[in-house]
Amino acid sequence: MPDMTSKTDLPPDSSATTRQVLHLSNLTFHWDQTQAPLSYPDITLNTGEHLFVRGPSGSGKSTLLSLMGGLIVPASGTLSLLGTELTRLTSGQRDRFRADHMGVIFQQFNLVPYLTTLDNVMLPCRLSCKRRNRALPTPEKEAESLLTALGIPPVHWKRRVTGLSVGQQQRVAAARALTGGPELILADEPTSALDSDNRDRFIELLLGLAAEKHSSVVFVSHDQSLAGLFDYQLSLEVTQ
Amino acid sequence: MNLRLAFSLAMASLWYRRKVLALVTLTLTLSITLLLGVQYLRTEVKQSFTNTISGTDLIVGARSGQLNLLLYTIFHIGDATNNIRWSTYQKLQDDQRINWLVPISLGDSYRGHRVVGTNEEFPKYFRYGRDQRPELQEGSWFSEVFEVVLGAQVARKHGHQLGDDIILSHGGGRTSFSNHKDTPFTVTGVLAPTGTPVDQAVYVSLEGLEAIHIGWESGVAIPGRTVTPEQALERDLTPDSITAALVGIERKVLTFQVQREINEFRDEPLSAVLPGVALSELWRIMGQFENALLGITGFVVVTSLIGLIAVLLTLQVQRRQEVAILRATGASPMLIATLHVIECVVLAVSACVIAVFAGAACISGLSPWLLETWGVQIGLRPLNGMEWLMIASVPFAAFVVGLIPALQAWRGSRKQGLGHVMPE
Repeated sequence: MPDMTSKTDLPPDSSATTRQVLHLSNLTFHWDQTQAPLSYPDITLNTGEHLFVRGPSGSGKSTLLSLMGGLIVPASGTLSLLGTELTRLTSGQRDRFRADHMGVIFQQFNLVPYLTTLDNVMLPCRLSCKRRNRALPTPEKEAESLLTALGIPPVHWKRRVTGLSVGQQQRVAAARALTGGPELILADEPTSALDSDNRDRFIELLLGLAAEKHSSVVFVSHDQSLAGLFDYQLSLEVTQ
Repeated sequence: MNLRLAFSLAMASLWYRRKVLALVTLTLTLSITLLLGVQYLRTEVKQSFTNTISGTDLIVGARSGQLNLLLYTIFHIGDATNNIRWSTYQKLQDDQRINWLVPISLGDSYRGHRVVGTNEEFPKYFRYGRDQRPELQEGSWFSEVFEVVLGAQVARKHGHQLGDDIILSHGGGRTSFSNHKDTPFTVTGVLAPTGTPVDQAVYVSLEGLEAIHIGWESGVAIPGRTVTPEQALERDLTPDSITAALVGIERKVLTFQVQREINEFRDEPLSAVLPGVALSELWRIMGQFENALLGITGFVVVTSLIGLIAVLLTLQVQRRQEVAILRATGASPMLIATLHVIECVVLAVSACVIAVFAGAACISGLSPWLLETWGVQIGLRPLNGMEWLMIASVPFAAFVVGLIPALQAWRGSRKQGLGHVMPE
């Protein structure tokens, strides 16, 4: 690993009892030929385990999430999700895989502005049959119970999302990521736009609901104080 | 790929951006209305043109081009080059092959409307449209020298009733300074609207025209030589000449034979033209302008489509966030591209639908005015194949140009990572 170090207590490479959600080994990536490639430490994550990723800007945090999401392909190494080698899939298959098995939360502006709160939450169920079938009893009922759990008042459900506060928007995004119980939730600094009260409440709800759905969360943040809430942590650094 | 999802997302997105898109849709709607209107009107105007005269086999006048003869006898546009002698007319009457003759004598006007000197043969044999005869709305055809029958528009425009006296003017033009004011005519009949130049004309007897020109041989009234109506009636009012004659041939196969003989008439130079042939020549000339007009409106539609694409491309910058969300949730680049194409086509289709209704409203709103001012009868009718094709071509063109933003979105979303999306 030439430009990155890991100082983590990563989970052991093989876990016999629980299902392996994520497995990375010798993963490298470069955005263009002129830059030195980013390389990542080996990671293995089992069902229900959460990973905290931190590191300064430019350390490749977001790139790691894009790789896990299958939006970009690594230069070398293996990247396996739920036993499927992502690098062997076509881009269309990776899109489908992402729709079926992953929920995503961004830093901010997470919601489609012209859809209602409920429609935003149910979006993954419309893109994926698997998610729809797992959303019980119905996608709409599940979305409503998630929104209730996340403290979004019912008056907002059938309205367009533009009326929501930033904190509410992030919680709606969490509901969307959780709907249909995906195996993996990728969260890219979802709390950076929130104040500390909102942040704590957000993390608590996210991890609580993820545990209910048996989803693993990969959480990227600058905020070291959150690291304690996660099973594992990974610190990425920029080295010259 | 999930077309239903793409469609519902596209509709929600269009509704969300309705304020900006309403303007470009309006532009597109106007241009389609224009295109459709031009195409519709030219079909209608052509119909109206060909409806102007029917049943007449030959138009006979002094030697001139067929267009000129058609224009001044039937459309009342332009002037006759020369007259034909009354003796010639009588010779034609004696011809066994000729079934009927309608004399036409032009030269005077009434407040800008042509005065047509003719006789009782006109209502009997003149036909327009699909063999329709000019019917009297009220009153009767003239029987006395100083009686006049008005075209529908003339009566409506000047508010004339039966029994009104009117003064004809010498020569054409809207404002004439030499009026036949000693010899007023009494309105005995008003014709029903026909949607042809008949509506714009005034019909008097040949004798009446002869009577009002006594003393006007030099072109103006010579004092002392004009007469009162009473004096005129005592004179021989047989005309010396007429302007033209409409001819009906007993056996249609003889039409060309009669035409050739008239064209080779020895006593004076004459022209006999087939109205249908002259009409199609007229239409050929008009057609050039029409095609140019249609071409221009076509370009207007293309311009507004380009405007639509420009707006959609501009909006695309604002949509990066939304595309990032959709991609992260598992939407393929193809779905993103489809979204753009659907939006473009839906806008075009709605513009077309509005254009059809706007066009129909315009036509039904304007048709009374068109009939009144231009004497052109244009009504609502179902669209023909060509017009449907034109309407259908707009969404198709929108689909094709919609591929531009779609392709851009497709390429952009393929390269996009899962990263943060900053608003512009």
